[in-house]
Amino acid sequence: MIPAFCDWLSNTPVSMVIQNLFWVIPTVQTVHILAIATVMASVVMLDFRLLGVTGRSQSIPEVAHRFLPWVWGAVAVLLASGSLLIIGEPGRELLSEVFWAKMTLLACALTLTGIFQYALRNGGSFWERRRIVTRVAAVVSLLLWCSILAAGRWIAYMAHG
Amino acid sequence: MILTRLFADLEATPLGTAVRESTWLFPTIETLHVLSITLVVGTIMIVDLRLINVTSRHRAVSELMRETLPWTWTAFVCAVITGSMLFSSSAVKYSGNGPFECKMLLLLAAGINMAVFHLGTYRTVAGWDREVTTPTGARIAGGLSLAIWVTVVALGRWIGFTTN
Repeated sequence: MIPAFCDWLSNTPVSMVIQNLFWVIPTVQTVHILAIATVMASVVMLDFRLLGVTGRSQSIPEVAHRFLPWVWGAVAVLLASGSLLIIGEPGRELLSEVFWAKMTLLACALTLTGIFQYALRNGGSFWERRRIVTRVAAVVSLLLWCSILAAGRWIAYMAHG
Repeated sequence: MILTRLFADLEATPLGTAVRESTWLFPTIETLHVLSITLVVGTIMIVDLRLINVTSRHRAVSELMRETLPWTWTAFVCAVITGSMLFSSSAVKYSGNGPFECKMLLLLAAGINMAVFHLGTYRTVAGWDREVTTPTGARIAGGLSLAIWVTVVALGRWIGFTTN
């Protein structure tokens, strides 16, 4: 069913346009990488603050309020640019196991980011009360986002077939 | 040309040969290169956006730089190491690639821009550290830096599309 969908999608006018203009894919990939840069820097600044390693001149809620909106905004850009890349080359992503592993990891990372956002209510006192949970969550978050980035790059090398 | 011979020798080193011939070495180093670059660009954006008065407007510039730039430098060193390893796999091909040459020139421009800012406007930071509006010199440096790094990422992506 997925191969049939890829066939159909790659024959749509939008996909044809992307396939026929050589500069669209590299340009959209560039936007995608810049959005990844935004997510990775924001996540690193927040997670290392949660670990108590850096950025200690600001409280955890201050750092979270500074960076979480940028994570959500960049994720929106990533979903939009990623969708364009899929429309342009459906088989490259939708038939790739690495791609589906990446999407699964992404779902986990977004859930965790949602929990971070939720923990900010009531002034974010959660972080101070549950230090061990906070540290474990920070490490898991870092590992998830690094794995997502790695999976994204490996889609290019683990082509279907 | 001497440089071409040097690059040919670089390709023939055990490192260049290993990266070129292994199936997994290039993508693995490339993954680390991308991770490093996203951290370089992402953390530099945090500083640049403060310099052009868009974000962190009520934080002291010097404090923000002190907490952010060590990340940028660490990631930059990793990017240079991994980038050199990738370069060594096909040094002759990359050295003659237009986007690659432009990328190297822009990295130089980023360095000059940073040096000018640090030796110029930044010397007076004590006078505007907590000001929402930074001096013109700081805004120019921040804007230039943003433009340069966005272009560096674009050129880096273009190398992959013009060398195969």
